[in-house]
Amino acid sequence: MSSRHLPLAATLLIFLVAYAACYAQFPAMLSTRVVGNLLTDNAFLGIVAVGMTFVILSGGIDLSVGSVIAFSGVFIAVMLRDTGLHPLAVFALLLVLTTAFGAAMGAIIHLLEMPAFIVTLAGMFLARGMAYVLSIDSIPVTHDFYDTLQGAYWLMPGKGRLTLIGGLMLLVVLGGILLAHRTRFGANIYALGGGVQAARLMGVPVGRTTVGIYALSGLLAGLAGIVFSLYTSAGYSLAAVGVELDAIAAVVIGGTLLTGGSGFIAGTFIGVLIMGLIQTYIIFDGTLSSWWTKIVIGILLFAFILLQKGLLWASTGRRWRLAGSG
Amino acid sequence: MSRTREFLRRILPQLVTLAAVLGLIAAVYPGFFEVSMANGRLYGSLIDILNRGAPVALLAIGMTLVIATRGIDLSVGAIMAICGAVAAAAITSGLGLAAALGLALAAGLACGLWNGLLVVLFGIQPIVATLILMVAGRGIAQLVTEGAILTFTHEGLIFLGSGAVFGVPTPVLIWFAAGALALLVVRRTALGMLIEAVGINRRAGALAGVGAGALIVAVYMVSGLCAGMAGVIAAADIRGADANNAGLWLELDAILAVVIGGTSLLGGRFSIAASLIGAMIIQSVNTGILLSGFPPEFNLIIKAAIIIVILVLQSPRLRAGPRLRRPGGRVRGASAAEKKERVTS
Repeated sequence: MSSRHLPLAATLLIFLVAYAACYAQFPAMLSTRVVGNLLTDNAFLGIVAVGMTFVILSGGIDLSVGSVIAFSGVFIAVMLRDTGLHPLAVFALLLVLTTAFGAAMGAIIHLLEMPAFIVTLAGMFLARGMAYVLSIDSIPVTHDFYDTLQGAYWLMPGKGRLTLIGGLMLLVVLGGILLAHRTRFGANIYALGGGVQAARLMGVPVGRTTVGIYALSGLLAGLAGIVFSLYTSAGYSLAAVGVELDAIAAVVIGGTLLTGGSGFIAGTFIGVLIMGLIQTYIIFDGTLSSWWTKIVIGILLFAFILLQKGLLWASTGRRWRLAGSG
Repeated sequence: MSRTREFLRRILPQLVTLAAVLGLIAAVYPGFFEVSMANGRLYGSLIDILNRGAPVALLAIGMTLVIATRGIDLSVGAIMAICGAVAAAAITSGLGLAAALGLALAAGLACGLWNGLLVVLFGIQPIVATLILMVAGRGIAQLVTEGAILTFTHEGLIFLGSGAVFGVPTPVLIWFAAGALALLVVRRTALGMLIEAVGINRRAGALAGVGAGALIVAVYMVSGLCAGMAGVIAAADIRGADANNAGLWLELDAILAVVIGGTSLLGGRFSIAASLIGAMIIQSVNTGILLSGFPPEFNLIIKAAIIIVILVLQSPRLRAGPRLRRPGGRVRGASAAEKKERVTS
């Protein structure tokens, strides 16, 4: 096993050990019902984290995704309330909007050579602001088609339900893995994360790739918004605050380097599951307060970053030392 | 060129922007510049901007120094929550004002020390290192307040948030004093130059004899201390410590203030005064939108638009000035590692 795969293996191992520990205390944790709920409850986070992984692999960051999810929810709710459009048409319209939004941010980052951090920060304000302008109240979504979508599930053995949105997340993860490892676009993203100048010399179309990455992140944030809207049956401009942080945390726990260039979509998926598992455990336990979630996630982040540092240090030794000080 | 003239030239763009924003507000809201004295305290929109802008101004002082070393501190909002919680917990458990303040500021310093050690000892990217405390910090603050909003009635502590000395609100005095002190220490000693040396090229700085490690740790501790002060003020202002909402997203405002102040996210040359003016620009925009009668829903959109305009003006592509490039820096010939840093930060 190469050192590239070590963080992924460590993440997987920690997830399995944590799940085993939870199972030892609460045998019900192993039922497919819990697994189904784990997938359903974290569907929107999983989808948005896949987009975030691509952004971070390229060495960037996207702070706007949480706001985009909130905007999506409000947009869908307002459109369904005020126009006679079918939800599918609204979904399509929304995905076009959020993809264009992401592409615009990518274009600004590339053309103006601005830090992604600040550009997507402006995007975060803008998307949340647009959500406020559409409505500051929480708008319920009532549509027959919504009921159909929400009621759709595949009954797993053991009476667990794989809901539509849970399944959608799995599809997005699979699609993400294929995109990252089986396409030229994916290879370009890894190259970009390894170093822009080197990537350019290798013939990677830097501009097109950058725009594509943020467009993809926007698209997936829109999709996560649709899932969130199905999950909550409402649109609220104050929803999904801080989801970008959860997504970044999931990516880091999943073993992706925040400097870009190294990491796996599958790792992010496990990272999302670990975060979901902590919440599930706290619900099962019943006596722990919710703030322990934040503290445990913080500790996990710390542990993973140390692990990555250690691996990097062990595998590259002196070279890293020099790079780190320069 | 004399020092004063150089200084004025440096902060001129920010002053012009601030004047433009204030002028714009005055145009739609007559009476904006009126300041009155009542009950031994100054009142007026301008005073309000100075007062409400205190937390971001304090954060911006520490953030400027951190960014000058090529770092970033995402955890300051969470540190505010922790320190506010510590101060409130100390005062409600019967400790005196001095002890409560001491504990709160010590908590801020400890948080900064943690961040600094992660960056220096473990060589973790600042954005990741401070992300840990940003995520966990509010949990820690809730641990201190035991999940509730901890209210207090201690007059001395409340005075820090809503009192006034010679008519000037206490928060204004605090951030003025902190800003002046930081400016003096940084510019009257070699410290500022050393910080810039670390930010421009840490290795070259090390070869020239600048011990980067201790300096970087110190810079994060200053940021933690500033966040601690801001947290105490925020808690004193609402007479309670709210672990969930105290300082929420203020780290972004603080970073924005530094960027508006023209300090490059790539480290190097910095100006605390310009960052403080940047903080006042942000607060003026916030207050101005409220005063001008725009629906508050538009607040964030206008803010985003202003950021984009400022970004475009500062873009290295559109402007030949040194603002976003390091002095003598090249855009075309930058090494791959530097390019990567740019995208990451």
